[in-house]
Amino acid sequence: MAFFFQNLVNALQWGSFYALIALGYSMVYGVLMLFNFAHGDIFMVGAYIGFGVASGLVALTSTGAVALPNWSILMLTIIVSMFLTAFVGMIVERIGYRPLRDAPRASAAITGLMIGIILETGNLALLGARRVRFPSLIESTTYNIGGVFVTNKKIMIVVVSLLLMFALNQFVRRTKWGMAMRAMAFDYVVVPLMGVSTNTIAALTFALGSALAAAAGILFGLAYPVLDPYMGIVFGWKAFVAAILGGRGSILGATLAGFLLGFIEIFVAMIFPSTLRDLIAYSIILLILTFKPHGFFGEPYSARLRL
Amino acid sequence: MKQLKENIRSSFSRVPLLGWLFGALIAVWLEHLAGDPLAAALGLPKIPVLFGCVIMLKKPVLIPAAVIYVLLIYALPVAAVARLSASFANRLAARMLNLPIFFSVAIHLGLLYAVLHMWSEMSAYRVITLKLTLIAVMLTLSLNIINGYMGEFSCSHPGFMALGAYAASAFTVALFVEDKLFGQALLPSALGPFMFPLALIAGGMVAALGALAIAIPSFRTRGDYLAIISLAFMFIVKSMIENLEVVGGPRGLSSQPDWANLPTVFGWTVACVWIINNFVRSTLGKALNAVRDEETAANAMTVDTRRTKIIAFLFAAFWAGVAGGLFAHVLRYVNPATFGIQKLAEVLAMVYFGGLNSVYGSIVGAVSLSLLGEALRPLEILKWLIIPLLLILVMIFRPTGLVAFKEFNVKNLVKPRQRRKE
Repeated sequence: MAFFFQNLVNALQWGSFYALIALGYSMVYGVLMLFNFAHGDIFMVGAYIGFGVASGLVALTSTGAVALPNWSILMLTIIVSMFLTAFVGMIVERIGYRPLRDAPRASAAITGLMIGIILETGNLALLGARRVRFPSLIESTTYNIGGVFVTNKKIMIVVVSLLLMFALNQFVRRTKWGMAMRAMAFDYVVVPLMGVSTNTIAALTFALGSALAAAAGILFGLAYPVLDPYMGIVFGWKAFVAAILGGRGSILGATLAGFLLGFIEIFVAMIFPSTLRDLIAYSIILLILTFKPHGFFGEPYSARLRL
Repeated sequence: MKQLKENIRSSFSRVPLLGWLFGALIAVWLEHLAGDPLAAALGLPKIPVLFGCVIMLKKPVLIPAAVIYVLLIYALPVAAVARLSASFANRLAARMLNLPIFFSVAIHLGLLYAVLHMWSEMSAYRVITLKLTLIAVMLTLSLNIINGYMGEFSCSHPGFMALGAYAASAFTVALFVEDKLFGQALLPSALGPFMFPLALIAGGMVAALGALAIAIPSFRTRGDYLAIISLAFMFIVKSMIENLEVVGGPRGLSSQPDWANLPTVFGWTVACVWIINNFVRSTLGKALNAVRDEETAANAMTVDTRRTKIIAFLFAAFWAGVAGGLFAHVLRYVNPATFGIQKLAEVLAMVYFGGLNSVYGSIVGAVSLSLLGEALRPLEILKWLIIPLLLILVMIFRPTGLVAFKEFNVKNLVKPRQRRKE
């Protein structure tokens, strides 16, 4: 039983990365009906920006210029990188998606894919092919709760991601901006006529998604401190599938699907040989989608909304 | 200056395709005769393999020499022969046009093959580049059926390719090659080259069968459903092959027989272009366009939309499988990691770069991106900045690709040209 709970804890941590990334996909898909294939690489950029900010702050502290405890460095890193990555997301939208507002949707997906490649290659060209090590900002302490080993990092990762998801939910539900986003998701044609700027809302959507991806990147860096330029590919595509599984534009759906994917992957690796992980995970997703084609919380929609 | 340009354009406007082929033939023949001495005289280490692009990027000092080489061997002879033979070629083309169209097309294809064969004979690198380019044409064209003519977004092409590659390889390796995975050869290997088409067709069939698994659930609803299902399918196929120890698992499958020579690949590519071009201009192809543009209206006009979509999807998957089989036999080694996201990005880029809903576009996209990828190889990492940037620019300024929505009319292509009226 302890073994099961141990895996449950691991799955919660693993699922929170997926859920945070999936939210970015889901929002862009919900509001603009577009696939943002660059999102996985924005996650990677977020992790690297977090790495840069964190190492900068650590170096600053070690020279004695400012005295910052480690937890405040972590907080600062998360906040600063979320802002910076939000700008990256807005730039991606400006270059890759805004000129293609009236083009076929697939063309925008292709520019997203290409921007992703540019981000990977740009990173490789700037920093070289070596992997970088994320500074360990918090001391790892392990608690033993009835045979289940839980580290403080794991707790922090899950709590921070849940907090962020809750904050996003509040933002979308309670603010005027959030209302504009929901309205845009509801009807793409009429909402601009009501005085809501499509460009502003699109940029906001990308910025929010990218900020969450940056948070996911930093939390990932804390748990698995080795970063490489292609880390966004695998995560990105899996989170993309999770986002669709959750239903178009549904925050709760994307979160649940992200956690579900994490659970499936960890538990498959627990029972079967781990090489079967992708096979079984995707087969389950395929099966779910066969019976619920619009995901958990997606409503049937017409693709003609925006074509 | 403008007058000169106009003059040149008008005097070349009456060169038919046949004339250009004559010119190209003379140019590659010239390269055979004088390529090596000329390269030595110009100080080039060897003949520039890809029109001098690679050598120019590698050693900028050699740019003038490479440009002179390309001018002397390719540009000038092609232009001169094409212009001089224009009237003769026109008369010949007009004569052939009176015969059945098949005859004229066969002559053109024969000439094209001769040009490609002589050009690639000069180095092994050219042969492999040419073969891979032709395979890319097949892949792009088959994906264009789904993404262009049908207007859906499918991500499963690497999966179909993998199915075709593995099925065809298993067929040939198990039957004709002594191998540690499959044991003794079951049939004499002399029989092999005749059975090779069967192996490719088997590969295509397996891919089509796999496509059926996507098609049945996903064409009940419209929208972005297919994109996700096909993406999941691609990962499933890759992961499945990695777990199948029978075909080598993640280590891959090697020792395919060397039967995919240039004539075979060229022949299959021509067959693919011909059949797909006929398919998209048939009633079924028009129905496919109707489904893309307005499914409800198409349904009202007696088009069985689901059947049409499934047939087109399986058809595209079949050709992707054939291309995969050829790919495996050209490289003579496959491993599952080849058929991943990177391959998908490559094929999608070719389709959208060349142009949707157009056979021309697919040929243009596949050939230009394959050759560009090879030509920019010396730039190493920068190559992957330049090609995506180029594609983004194309998407911004021509969102449906370079030559989209253009019908591939063979008769127009081979007919004699009139001098343009001023």
